[in-house]
Amino acid sequence: MEGKTIRKVYIDNAATTPILPDVREVMVPYLGESFGNPSCLHDWGDIAREGMGVARDQIAQLIGADAKEIIFTSSGTESNNLAIKGLAMAQQSKGKHVVVSEIEHFSVLHSARTLEKLGFELSLVPVDKYGVVDPEDVRRNIRKDTVLVSVMYANGEVGTIEPIKEIAKVTKERGVIFHTDAVASAGIIPVDVKELGADALSLAGNQFYGPKGVGALWVRRGVRIMPLLDGGIQEGGRRAGTENIPAIVGLGKAAESAAANMTARIEHLTHLRDRLLTELPAKIDHVVVTGHPRNRLPGNASFCVEFIEGEAMLMLLNSQGVAVTSGSACTSRALKASHVLIAIGIQHALAQGSLLFSFGMENTSEDIDYVLEVLPPIVNRLRQMSPLYSKFAKASKGGK
Amino acid sequence: MHPRNVGEIENPDGIGEVGNPVCGDMMTFYIKVKDNRLDDVKFQTFGCGAAIAVSSIASEMARGKTLEEAKKITSRSVAAELEGLPTNKLHCSNLGAQALNKAIQDYLNKKKKGGGKK
Repeated sequence: MEGKTIRKVYIDNAATTPILPDVREVMVPYLGESFGNPSCLHDWGDIAREGMGVARDQIAQLIGADAKEIIFTSSGTESNNLAIKGLAMAQQSKGKHVVVSEIEHFSVLHSARTLEKLGFELSLVPVDKYGVVDPEDVRRNIRKDTVLVSVMYANGEVGTIEPIKEIAKVTKERGVIFHTDAVASAGIIPVDVKELGADALSLAGNQFYGPKGVGALWVRRGVRIMPLLDGGIQEGGRRAGTENIPAIVGLGKAAESAAANMTARIEHLTHLRDRLLTELPAKIDHVVVTGHPRNRLPGNASFCVEFIEGEAMLMLLNSQGVAVTSGSACTSRALKASHVLIAIGIQHALAQGSLLFSFGMENTSEDIDYVLEVLPPIVNRLRQMSPLYSKFAKASKGGK
Repeated sequence: MHPRNVGEIENPDGIGEVGNPVCGDMMTFYIKVKDNRLDDVKFQTFGCGAAIAVSSIASEMARGKTLEEAKKITSRSVAAELEGLPTNKLHCSNLGAQALNKAIQDYLNKKKKGGGKK
C-alpha cells in the first residue's frame, strides 16, 4: 500500500478545468494597463477591441467558423439560453414547436420549459441505454410547425457522443434550425461547423483550460436570433453589454492551445479514462459503467456503485483528497437524481450511487492508482452501513 | 465521519424502516428494550453524509433513554444536536427521528399483541 499520505487529486474537470498559465498570462494586461472598453473610439478602446478580435479569430478557428459568426457570452448556460430562446423566438411566425433531447443540460431543458410558458410546445426525444439519440426519433418528432431542434454534441455526465451529423441531415431535410450544445466537447474533441451541418453551437471556456464566466455561441450566417440582452450594439446587436475582455482574451488563448494540442490531449485523457473504466469495476463489485462504451468523451469515466449513495462517497473521497462529482439526488440542490441517468434507464436506487470522474491534463497514472487504493475501502464502509447491501447479502446467502 | 452504532441487532425488539431509494435516503433502526429503556440501538443508512450523521446522532441520543424520553426525540432535536443542518438537508433529520420512533412503535405494537420479545 502506498502509505497514509493524502494526495490532492482533482478529477472533476467537467465542473471546471484549471486555468492554463499561458491563458492567465495573456489575461493579465487586460486586468491592468489594457483596461479599455472596446466600444470606445480612442486608443484605450482600440487595444481592448484588438484583443477581443484576436480571441474571436481563435475561437472561430477552433470550430472551423467565420469570426463574424461568433457571439461572446458569459457562459455555456448563457449561450444555451440565447440559442434556445433567441432562435425559437426569432422563428415564431413560422411555428411554435421545439424538439430537444431528454438528456440535455438544464440550461437547454429549462430554457425550453420557459418557451412552453410563453406558448411554445415542446417534444422530448428519448435516448437509448447508452444515452444515444436516434436521428430517426428526431425525425419522428419534427412537425410542420417545428422551428428548432437542439441535441447536445456530447453529454458531460455519461460521456456519450451524439450522431450530430446524422441528426443535422434530418433537420436540413425538414428545414428546421438545429442547435447543438457543445459545451462538453468543443476544445476537447474536434468540432468543425463546416462539416457538422448544424446552425448554432454553444461552447464554454471553463471546459478547456480557459477562465470561468465566458463562453460563445456560434450562429451560422443568415440565421436570425432574438437577443436576450438588449442595450448597446455589442456583438453585432445580438448580445448587449460591455464585454468581459480579460475573460474573452483568455478564452481565445485557451482555444488556440486546445487546437494546437488536441490530439496529444485526447491521447492522454483516453489512456486515463480507459484505465479507470477497466480497473475500477474489476476492483469493486456491483459497479455499472454508464454511457457509451466506445463513443464517449476522452476524459469521462462515469459509474453507478450499487447499494450506497453518491454524496457520502464524495465526502469520504474528499477527505482523502480526491475531488469528483455525482448525479445522486443528495448531490443536486433540487434533491432529484440525475435526469440523464433516469433517461438511460438506470433504476433510482442505482442512480443514487452515481460517481463521475472527468480527467484533465494535470491527471496522471498515479492518480488512477490512488483512486483504486482509496475508493474500495470507502465503498466497503458505506456498504457495511447500508440496509440495501445487507438485504442483498442475506438474499444471496439464502438467508442468515 | 465516524458514525456510532452502525449495524443490525439479531432478534431486535423493534424495527423501524423509513425512506426509500428513490428519494435517495433510507434508514433502518433496530432497538433492544430492557426495563423500559433502550438498551441497544443500531442503525443502517443508505444516504448522504447528512443522513448518516443524523442516524448516528439519533441513535446516540436514544441509547439508554426510557421509551417515553426516546419518543420525545424529534427531527428538530436531532438537528439541534447536530448544531444545525443546511436547509436542503433538513429532511434527513426527519427521517432519523421517524425511523427511531417507528422502531419504538413497532416494539409497543408487538408488546400489545401480547407476549413481548425478550
